[in-house]
Amino acid sequence: MHLLDYRLNIVPINVFIDPQYPVEKAIITHAHADHAKPGHKKVLGTKETLEIMKLRYGKTCAGEFQYINYGQKIQIDDVSITLYPAGHIIGSSQVLLEYKNHKIVVTGDYKTKKDTTATSFELVKCNTLVTEATFGLPIFKHPDPNKEVRKILDSIKINNDKDHLIGVYALGKAQRLIKLFRENGFDETIFIHGALNKICNYYEDKGINLGKLKMLTKDSFDIEPKIILAPPSALKDRWSRRFKKKIISQASGWMNIKQRVKQSLIEIPLVISDHADWNELTKTISNCGAENIWVTHGREEGLVHWCTRKGLNAKPLSIKGRDEEI
Amino acid sequence: MRRYSLEKFARLLENIIYSPSRNRKIELLVEYYKQTNDPDRGFAVALITNSLKLSSIRSTNLKQIIKSKVDPILFDLSYDYVGDMAETISLLWPFKKKKKLCTLSYFINFFHENSKLQVEKFLISQLDKASTTERWAIIKLFTGGLRIGVSEKNAKVSLSKFGNVNLDQIEKIWHGFSPPYVKLFSWLEKGGPIPKIDILKTFHPMMLADQIDLKNDFRKLSPDDFEAEWKWDGIRVQLIISDTETVIFSRNGDNITNSFPELRFKTNRNVVLDGELLVGGDLNPTSFNDLQQRLNRKKVSKGILQKFPAFIKLYDILFQDFKDLRSMKFSSRREILENWYNSNKQDNLDLSSIIFFENWKDLTKVRNKFLQSSNIYEGIMLKKKNSIYYNGRPKGMWYKWKRDPKSVDAVLMYAQRGHGKRSSYYSDYTFGVLDGKNLVPIGKAYSGYTNEELDKLDKFVRKNTIQKFGPVREVEKTLVFEIAFDSISKSKRHKSGLALRFPRISKIRWDKSPEEIEDLKRIKDFYKLS
Repeated sequence: MHLLDYRLNIVPINVFIDPQYPVEKAIITHAHADHAKPGHKKVLGTKETLEIMKLRYGKTCAGEFQYINYGQKIQIDDVSITLYPAGHIIGSSQVLLEYKNHKIVVTGDYKTKKDTTATSFELVKCNTLVTEATFGLPIFKHPDPNKEVRKILDSIKINNDKDHLIGVYALGKAQRLIKLFRENGFDETIFIHGALNKICNYYEDKGINLGKLKMLTKDSFDIEPKIILAPPSALKDRWSRRFKKKIISQASGWMNIKQRVKQSLIEIPLVISDHADWNELTKTISNCGAENIWVTHGREEGLVHWCTRKGLNAKPLSIKGRDEEI
Repeated sequence: MRRYSLEKFARLLENIIYSPSRNRKIELLVEYYKQTNDPDRGFAVALITNSLKLSSIRSTNLKQIIKSKVDPILFDLSYDYVGDMAETISLLWPFKKKKKLCTLSYFINFFHENSKLQVEKFLISQLDKASTTERWAIIKLFTGGLRIGVSEKNAKVSLSKFGNVNLDQIEKIWHGFSPPYVKLFSWLEKGGPIPKIDILKTFHPMMLADQIDLKNDFRKLSPDDFEAEWKWDGIRVQLIISDTETVIFSRNGDNITNSFPELRFKTNRNVVLDGELLVGGDLNPTSFNDLQQRLNRKKVSKGILQKFPAFIKLYDILFQDFKDLRSMKFSSRREILENWYNSNKQDNLDLSSIIFFENWKDLTKVRNKFLQSSNIYEGIMLKKKNSIYYNGRPKGMWYKWKRDPKSVDAVLMYAQRGHGKRSSYYSDYTFGVLDGKNLVPIGKAYSGYTNEELDKLDKFVRKNTIQKFGPVREVEKTLVFEIAFDSISKSKRHKSGLALRFPRISKIRWDKSPEEIEDLKRIKDFYKLS
């Protein structure tokens, strides 16, 4: 019998990792909507992950919530479960499963680069690694994010009569970007779309200082030019029409592909991602000591090919409904 | 060598493709000219406007090179994902150390003076020293086709802004220069007299007409101020006849002389003329479809020459013996044209006649009579007797009064986001007609509606989307458009087998139901295109 099947079900104990449909028991690696679904009977995860689920879906989005700390081992029958930081967003975790001397690590979404809004990624030695592959092609090499945010800081000096609208995901990317602005010396008010407000407040409550933020309301549109963070969908929608003079930007790992930037009508692309790039993915695979690599969540083929060339036993793990970056 | 010239050019290209606004692109160019010396900036203009092509290295060569440097399977997967060869290679090229690149002009000269193999070697040495964006720019240059969305017109606008001169002045001399436009830049930067050009080898921008507004214009205009001429349904050309040669330019300035070997003329004086190129025997034009048999052919067979002989009907004269006649009024130019024509009569050359009329009612009768009975006319031209010959389309000077548009009822199928100011609107529409029980697209339109209508259309698209494909949305097939178009012809390129000329939305039929739209077979039957 397998310990883990292609749906990420821990077979001996019937516990699913990031299940897409309501189940009895689920481990949630992090609170992004394509990993954390409402409706499970019992969920297990870090305090931050489960709190954000409650914040977004309501207090009754699962029957029972069990918080565990990073490094704290939970035993269910013959399987022991430990969460380790994944460095993706606040509370994000990798899952270590131990069963009869075999160690499996499910990375969830992760990155190894520095991010002061999330606990840093920790490498866990294992026999089998289930790795994400959002940026599983060698064309993806994320540059220094400080250099990227400086593009905006340079632009607001030259284009000081324009609003700079930056498309970001509400959870994780928004707060990391704000923090990067602060770390690069920008301490003026940053304006945020209403959809970002709750999560920013949550980060503040957790002691992550984001500086002066202001939610955009109807009467604050016409005031002086500003940096505005909004969900990417809002930038392309009628919402953005109210800004007459504007420069559109977006922060995402896809922004290194010029054709894609052009097609999305982005003027300042920020190549900033909360996922591992090609170098981080291959380095983690090499360093974790695993001989079996299951590749999921993205461009599996390239990474599987790379692993096979290295003499590792690799295969893609197909899970539907997860392709784009969150 | 100047410092960082190729680097600057790469940054310019990148900034331009990231700027959806035309004005922003122009600003970027002006900024670039200010910071760049000759001949680099001139070469940049030539490359951007496609006046200079360096496409000797095939992208398959580059593909082989990159495949020897990186895992070929990972390359193929990456290329599948990115979809653009230059970009894929630039992203995968093994990064060495960023070092200074050569100048743009050194690059271009090296290209012209060396063998393919040497160029390839040189290219590789530069790619090794370049950043990702620089590699992308270099590969784009060498594989041809920058396609960064700067038209020749916009490049000219940027030059006029840079030199603080009238666009008109640049238009007048533009075609007299070739890359790297050093004299032109020197004039723009330092001022002085307008540089001279060779009039008999240069295309001179043509004067264009406004569409007449039937409701308002006729009431305001006095028939005594205007001459009327036929608007022939051919292609507008500029004809230069000198002692030594005949040159024919299309209205965009493309030299099409070689496609028409039978059109070689003699003259007693050097002239630059404006006219319409048509086909047909004995100076009797046949349909536009016949003319199309002669267009875009490199070699012209005897059979084609016999079947579709070409000739030119003259409208106007721009120069005679180096004298610029463009600042004279139309009626005086016409007199000079007639004199020249009468003393230089020859085969394949005709004078387009003036239509005599007393008043607008009179002219309307003539128009109705001739346009109904024949399809060789595209309409009637009205030219103000005192109009000088402008570049482009001045207001209130020349009017075209085209034949009444044809129209068809079609249903909205897909909508796409527009550009610039319209980038948050779904403003480009693909519409279709019935083909049996299915719908088949027959064209695309992005004009003909008011701003208020655009608002409503945009709302309709957002509310009725059934699928998204990138920037395109497929909508519920419920909204009927009345589409006006100038003509219709058979086409192998379109699924429907038909192509519309100048389709635009003439009415949005919120009231009509999609059952009332036209059927493909009926359209084909009606226009005898089956």
